[in-house]
Parts: sequence; structure tokens; C-alpha cells
Amino acid sequence: MGLRFRGDDGTTMNFEEHVAKSLILAPAGVPVPRGILCITVAEAAMAAANIGPCVIKAQVATGKRGKAGGIKLAGTPDEARKAAEQILGMRIGEYTVERLLVEEQADIDREFYAAVLHDVAARRPLVLFSTEGGMDIEDVAAAKPAAIRRLLVDIDGEPSAADIAGMLKGLRLDAAEEQIARILAQLYDIYRARDAELLEINPLALLADRRVVALDCKFVLDDAAIYRQTEIGKDGAVGVMTALEKRGVEAGLKLIQLDGNVGVLANGAGLTMTTMDVIRHYGGKPANFLEIGGEAYTKSEIALDLVLSNPGVKSLVINFCGAFARTDVMAEGVVRAWHALKPKIPVFFSIHGTGENEAIALVRNQLGIEPYDFMEDAIQAAVKAAQ
Amino acid sequence: MIVRKNDRVIVLGITGKQGTFWTEKMIGYGTNAVAGVNPKRAGETHVGVPIFATTADAVAKVGGDVAVMFIPPPMAKDAAVSAAQAGIKLLVVLTEHIPALDVMAMHAAAAKHGTRIVGPNTAGLVTPGESFVGIMPAFVPSVFKPGRVGVISRSGSLGTLVCLNLTRAGLGQSAFIGIGGDPMLGTTTREALEALDRDSGTDAVVIVGEIGGAMEESAAAYARNMRKPMIAFIAGAAAPPGKKMGHAGAIVTGSAGSYASKRKALEAAGVVVVDTPSQIATAVAAGLQASRAGSKIAARNSA
Repeated sequence: MGLRFRGDDGTTMNFEEHVAKSLILAPAGVPVPRGILCITVAEAAMAAANIGPCVIKAQVATGKRGKAGGIKLAGTPDEARKAAEQILGMRIGEYTVERLLVEEQADIDREFYAAVLHDVAARRPLVLFSTEGGMDIEDVAAAKPAAIRRLLVDIDGEPSAADIAGMLKGLRLDAAEEQIARILAQLYDIYRARDAELLEINPLALLADRRVVALDCKFVLDDAAIYRQTEIGKDGAVGVMTALEKRGVEAGLKLIQLDGNVGVLANGAGLTMTTMDVIRHYGGKPANFLEIGGEAYTKSEIALDLVLSNPGVKSLVINFCGAFARTDVMAEGVVRAWHALKPKIPVFFSIHGTGENEAIALVRNQLGIEPYDFMEDAIQAAVKAAQ
Repeated sequence: MIVRKNDRVIVLGITGKQGTFWTEKMIGYGTNAVAGVNPKRAGETHVGVPIFATTADAVAKVGGDVAVMFIPPPMAKDAAVSAAQAGIKLLVVLTEHIPALDVMAMHAAAAKHGTRIVGPNTAGLVTPGESFVGIMPAFVPSVFKPGRVGVISRSGSLGTLVCLNLTRAGLGQSAFIGIGGDPMLGTTTREALEALDRDSGTDAVVIVGEIGGAMEESAAAYARNMRKPMIAFIAGAAAPPGKKMGHAGAIVTGSAGSYASKRKALEAAGVVVVDTPSQIATAVAAGLQASRAGSKIAARNSA
């Protein structure tokens, strides 16, 4: 936990394929198949009439769409209609399919893989390329590690033509090499310009007509950079949230609702995770993840409201260990919320660090509750009370 | 990365709300804060500290060994690069949510100019009784006291709890090194561990790790050959896979970086891994006793 200057709503921003292709790849010059975004069966049939033999693709910001049955070929508008009927409304992962991309069929000769991402250990950008496209890159890495070429890039520069040529050397790409080299350079430019956390083309296909085209695209935006990517930020998908999690985002707090019954209110991600771990250690199940670290420590009032609004919660642990976060300020917020909400469930406190004397006195005098000396004891009591 | 009493500290962003509050705390504790930086207020004095327009100006006029950044994310990269160019040896980056491209640029500049970055997203460094740099409650006597146990933590709140438990058990600390919660850190668990292993004031080391990344596994490889007893607690055993828990580093994908992987690597290296934070102090005491008796294995068995 360091110094936080804004709320963390906990979003990881993914983008649906059509957004990634039309707003990110195509403007940068990366070739993509012709496609039309549709939201009804009739639109899909019309698009198929316009395009010809096509592929109907569910638009959800998650992988494994093909395996889930969310991608189907259609030779005629009638077939497109049938495919669209099957796919629209389908559940894939946590999403319900509401949009389809109707795209021209590609006559594929070879499938490649290309990506740009952060190499966390090297603290530098990494360009990946593999001749084994169309499958999970993790599987390729496990089965044929030699099939993956890596190029670490100097963050102050960019990959030179020679760097890229060296990376592709010996892969027998023939006439496709020039196009692939150009696309890799374009992908790096996009990664830089768009603050990508991951930009992945799988497959990058060589077609029968010798064109190299991006058939799919995964783009993950660095959530720390949303503030300067306002143009594309509004098109991102942040995953499916429960009503309670949405209230958390609105309050600028990261809440993850879980299936247990011991509520958690702690400051700092590390302490919050540890509180959940210790709940498990004593045989209980946490009802939520919610941290009010950084500047969010002043939000304990709304935080208590959120945790108590979880219908599954049977007892609550309030675990504060103040460094930057002042426990007296957090306790004041809890006391205020307490008087308004009048919790019906048992609550167990452990309070240490900056402002602890004032905070403990507040909880003792205002709520008539004695905080525990060790968080383990507070948690053990909460687990017992929830059973 | 162990801050000493005489280290000259420059505070970047000293005039902001947090910069002001924590600079006063640092000075009150004994930190040798020699300068602040704010281009708009150069020539003024703030909380008793002279302000300069740039880090380079501050270094030229009053010198500086350590710089600490109270700078919001959009300005963090430029501030860090300027500090590196000014010849700062140790740069403590407290800021959370700096875009990854900027973080990489900061690390590149640091490498070029021979600057060590601690962080980003760290709560800072504490050497009890000497100095502290950052946003840790060094000044709370129930949490920190001088002693001979080194503590390395990715989390400020959890690191605070661990130091508190050590202090309660009568075990003071030689140094607290907050390495930060970001995925791309300037100082890794292993580098901090090596520093504490070399430090003659440290007899035992506690690492407070977190799921995600491979830093604990790498530290384990070093711990294999360490003579000082080492105790570890890893947060995130109960974290649901794939959920982001606040620190971008704490994403579990597959088995790499998982709780099980870290625990296995550390235990294989002879490190005692405990289940809850309050067990740390007991394990440290046992480890110290055994190491005085000359056996690392005994420490493991008695914990």
C-alpha cells in the first residue's frame, strides 16, 4: 500500500473484439476482415446478405468463445439467421451475449500469434511472435517453447526493423514476412499510444490470397492509464458486477462479493487479504473483499453500509492497522454509520497503528464493544458467531 | 535501501496535503529532511524545509541521498526521471496507480543513472530510532522499536501489523523495507533480503509476501544459502483466482505466483512459513534461539 491519489474502483478494462478491431487495430493500419456489428437476428441476416459467406461471432469481453459455441460459420443469410438465433442471449462465462460481429469468412493458409505486453520481471515491453497461432499461447509455451520468439524492447525507443527481422529469422514466413514485420511494429505503436496492458492477435492469419489479417484481437487497457485514455476508456467492458459491487464502484471503493458469511472491513489490500486468509484458517468463509486503503480510509462510513448490505453476512470483522490510514478517522466513520444503520449482526474489532488510542476509546465508549488485542482472536470470534 | 540517520532526504511534492503531513512526521522522528521540491514555490520555506524548483537545484545547493515522492500519477514519471538525472541514489516512490509505461520509463532512467527505486506503491522505509521515509507509523511506539529483526513487506498495512506483533513480543526491528505493491518494482524481495543479510545490525529476516509474481520464489532461491533465520507470511491464500485484490501484482494466473508455489519454494529453502501474522513473532524468537545454537533446521522444527 502506497500513496493513493484517487479511488480504486477495481476495474480491469477489457474490450470486445469489434471495439478492439475497429477503434484500435484498423486506425493504426493493421488489416482486419470486413465486418458488421449486429444486435438482432434480422440485422445479422442482412449483414450476411451484404458480406457473403461469413462467420458470426459473439461479442463478449472474455476468451473461449469458440469452445462455448459462440462462433459459427454461415454460408447464407438463412444460416446466419439461425446462428444468430442460437448465439444471441447465450451465456459465455459471466456474460450474456447481446452483440454479434458478422465478418467475412477468411480462407486461412497459416495461423500465427502476435502480442505486445509488459515483461514484469524485466520491467520492459515484450513483443511475442509464434508460428503456432490459433491456440492458447500458454499451451504453446508448454508444448513447443522454441516456437515462441521474444523481443524485449527499450522503453525509450522502439523495435527497429533489424530487431524485428532478427526476431522472425528462420521462421520461413516467405512473402508474409514483410507484412508481419509491419504489423508487429504497428502493434508496438498501439501498445505505446493506447496504454495497453496486453495487445494480442490470435490468430494472425495468412490468407489464401497472401494477405496477413488479424482475425481476433484481445486488448486490455492498463487501468492506471484510463485517465489519459478517455477516448477509448468509455468503450471498455469492466466485467459483470453484482448490485452491491456496483454500489462499491459508485462510492469509489473496490468490493468483491463472495459466497461466505463473515464480512470483512479492513484497510489496505495486504491486511484485507490476510483477514480473509485468517477467516479461512479458522474454518470460516469471507463474505466479501473490501479495502479502504490509501485515501479511501476516510470512507469507512459508506464501507460499513456496503458490508452490512450483503445479505449473506452473519458476522463482521473490522480490522484496522493504521499506517497512512488513521484508525481514529476510520473508527469515527464506523461509529457514524453504526448509529444510522444499527447493525443486527455481531461485530468484532481489532485496531492498531496510527491513532489507535483514540479509535479504541471511540469504539469502546460509543459502541460498547471492546476491540481484541490480536486480529486472530477477533476473527476466531467472528467465525464462531457466524456458524 | 536501509535509511540512516545522516541520509539527506529531499521531499518531492512537499507542499501538498500529504507531503506536508508526512514531512512533519519524518522531521519529528529525526529524518534528515534537507530540501523540498516545488517549481512554483522555489525560494520559500515549508515546514521548516527550504524549497527548490528542481531536484537538481536541491542537490546542487544542499545535497541529497534519498528522494521521496508525494507526487500524483500523471506527474510521477517526470519527477522520478528528474530525480535520477539529478544523481539521487535512492528514490522512494509512494504513488499508487502510475501507468505501467511510465513505471517502465522510470526504471529505465534509474538504471541509466545508477538510482535505486523503492516502489512504486510502497509505504516507505523505516529504521527504528534513526530515520523513516514515507507513510509508515514509525513514530507510534507500540508498532516500531529499535532491534535486530529486518522486515520486508509488499503491503504497508500488513507490514505495520507484523512490526506491531514483533514489538509486542519484545523483538525490535533493524529495518522495515516496504518494497511496494506494484507488479514492476525497483527493488525486489530478493534484493531487500540480500541487503538485510549483509546488514550487521540484522539477525533475522521476516518477509511479508503476497500472491502474484515470482518474487518470493526468487527470494527463496537466495534464502537457501542464508545463515540468518528467515520467517515468511504470504497473504492471499484465500484469494479467489483471477480476482484483482487491490494490488495489481496480486493476480493469480495458473499456478505461477500462487500461494502454494510460494510456500513450497520457501519451505524447500528452509524458510519457516507461518499461517497467521501473530505466529511470526513466535517463529522469529525460535529462529533466533536456534541460530544462536547454530542450527537453522532446529528453528524450522521448533516453529
